[in-house]
Amino acid sequence: MSSEVLTTDIKTKRPSGHPGWNEFVFSMKRLFKNPLTIIGVVIILFFVVLAVFAPILAPPPRPHNPFLMPHKGWQIQPTPPSAENPLGTLPSQYDILYGVIWGSRNAFRIGIAVVAANLLVGLILGSIAGYFGGILDEIVMRIADIFYAIPILVMAMALVVALGRGLKSVVVVLIILNWPTYTRVVRSEILVVRNMDYILAARASGASHLRILFKHVLPNSIFSAIIVASMNVGVTVLIAAALSFLGLGSDSGYADWGAMVATCRNYIVGPPENRLAYWYLVFIPGFTIALFVLGWNLLGDAVRDVFDPRMRRR
Amino acid sequence: MSLLNYIIRRLLFMILVLFGVSLLVFSVLMLIPPGMRVAAYVTSEKIPPDQIEAMIELYGLNDPAPVQYFRWLARIFRGDLGFSATAEAPVIEGFKKFFPITLELVLYSTPLIILVGIWLGTTGAVKKDKPADHAIRILAIVGYSLPTFWLGLLLLMFFYGFLGIFPPGILSVKGGEVINAAGWNRVTGLITIDAIINWRWDIFLDALYHVALPTINLIILDSALIMRLMRSSMLEALGQDYVRTALAKGAPSRVVYHTHVRRNALLPVITISGVLFAGLMAGMVITETIFVRKGIGWWMARAALQLDVPAIMFNVLFLGLIFVGVNLIVDLIYAAIDPRIRLG
Repeated sequence: MSSEVLTTDIKTKRPSGHPGWNEFVFSMKRLFKNPLTIIGVVIILFFVVLAVFAPILAPPPRPHNPFLMPHKGWQIQPTPPSAENPLGTLPSQYDILYGVIWGSRNAFRIGIAVVAANLLVGLILGSIAGYFGGILDEIVMRIADIFYAIPILVMAMALVVALGRGLKSVVVVLIILNWPTYTRVVRSEILVVRNMDYILAARASGASHLRILFKHVLPNSIFSAIIVASMNVGVTVLIAAALSFLGLGSDSGYADWGAMVATCRNYIVGPPENRLAYWYLVFIPGFTIALFVLGWNLLGDAVRDVFDPRMRRR
Repeated sequence: MSLLNYIIRRLLFMILVLFGVSLLVFSVLMLIPPGMRVAAYVTSEKIPPDQIEAMIELYGLNDPAPVQYFRWLARIFRGDLGFSATAEAPVIEGFKKFFPITLELVLYSTPLIILVGIWLGTTGAVKKDKPADHAIRILAIVGYSLPTFWLGLLLLMFFYGFLGIFPPGILSVKGGEVINAAGWNRVTGLITIDAIINWRWDIFLDALYHVALPTINLIILDSALIMRLMRSSMLEALGQDYVRTALAKGAPSRVVYHTHVRRNALLPVITISGVLFAGLMAGMVITETIFVRKGIGWWMARAALQLDVPAIMFNVLFLGLIFVGVNLIVDLIYAAIDPRIRLG
């Protein structure tokens, strides 16, 4: 395939610079050769723009709490797209466009908070388990096994109920439940790096454990964890949306895509003269979630293909 | 290591994991204030409010956690799981009522998901980097990006709302009357199987008609998992020497791909099928809520909304048990098929 061309290309050019940097450039070249990556990145960038410019795109009437969707009146009947509400309204006249725009900020908040916290926990526990091994390793990994034994959505439901419903609980619960994946990845990477000769050399020259861990082991094993994190943003947002849909996340009226989909459940079938009358209600918020998750999955998929050593350079 | 040795080791490990799961579930339980937990001890529907304090004392819900843990575990082993307000019955009765509905959908959808996944994965691998392969891969990524709840609603809107076919629920009104009437012989609780036992083909078809749309929903969402695994496993198998040999000696490529290679590539699919089955059980929370099928997923969703603690805890424990059990079975099948596993 095209990779052959690339490899010979690199061989003839003999790139100068740090080998790590060359490897990175090689990865990026391969990554962006894949049109799916570009689609994924474009989708994510689109949502980044929505989230960053939310205050301009949809000026909040209550700036202190912009995530509360504004609505004119309490008319239950949703209204179809019009000049005033370009994407229509939810029941109780919440503007769907406003919800979609501020919902993107909400989705990034949830996704990044959960993934970043998980990454941190995974790095700490994974390094302890992988680097020091022994009984610590055994304890951490057996606890991870237990977490793996319960389906995440169901366990998340129980935990959210226990902590009290709401978006904060959803975030906390997802952090609690997702750490084993990251810990496993970091640990297995560290197990590989730990036995390399240069670690032995560092120890022989008198470096402390902490110095070896932070200076030599982690920089060489952090990358896979970051890849896993980027692949997990979409899934995390999907589970959070599912919890909101089930009524355990944010309340209706909050700019949360999952909660917006939940409000349309009673409007699947329109009146007899136009059965698809409420299509915008069913379609738009759910489509937004799907698009967001698709963007991350496309990126994650391509990244995995490039960085998976079995797929790489084939 | 012999197979027996391996089985024993895996069983011991499973018991250890289940013990951990019980500890985890109990920790969640302890986060809930005693006033809510007391519901687990009530065996009738109405609790007099003034007696709640007395009951908390009586059942020791303010005792130290380890004491409560072993008491709780002992109750579970006795089969005393409390009263579920959402099921309006003791938890065990609720389980007997709801579980067959879930099992029916899972039993119909799992084989179809696996077959569709294997077929798509094989096609993708054989036609690697051709348009068919790209189309299948894109479909797979789209498939697992779709929110379950959204796809279900879209399908309902189109088929039920617009075309007027495939209604939600488990049976039509008339069918529901038949199975609740005195003459109905409830043997398994699975409606299609009971319909055959009762020799009521109209009910059988009615149940199939209602199970169709959720099954389509699950196929679209979940066959991607199998497809991706099958594709990469096929690709790996296609690179083996025996494939080249078979093709070189003139065996038709169809035979080589679909019998020689596919059979070797199926092994990892067995592993993931267990995960799929268990994942489907858990995913029922959403599927059943949308298609109004009153199974354990629907029960769990209702229980979570109405703070029905006994039902929530039971369902988490039950699904954990299924997960662990299915993984054990898969590992054992795998070890029986592939001797290399046992050596590890």
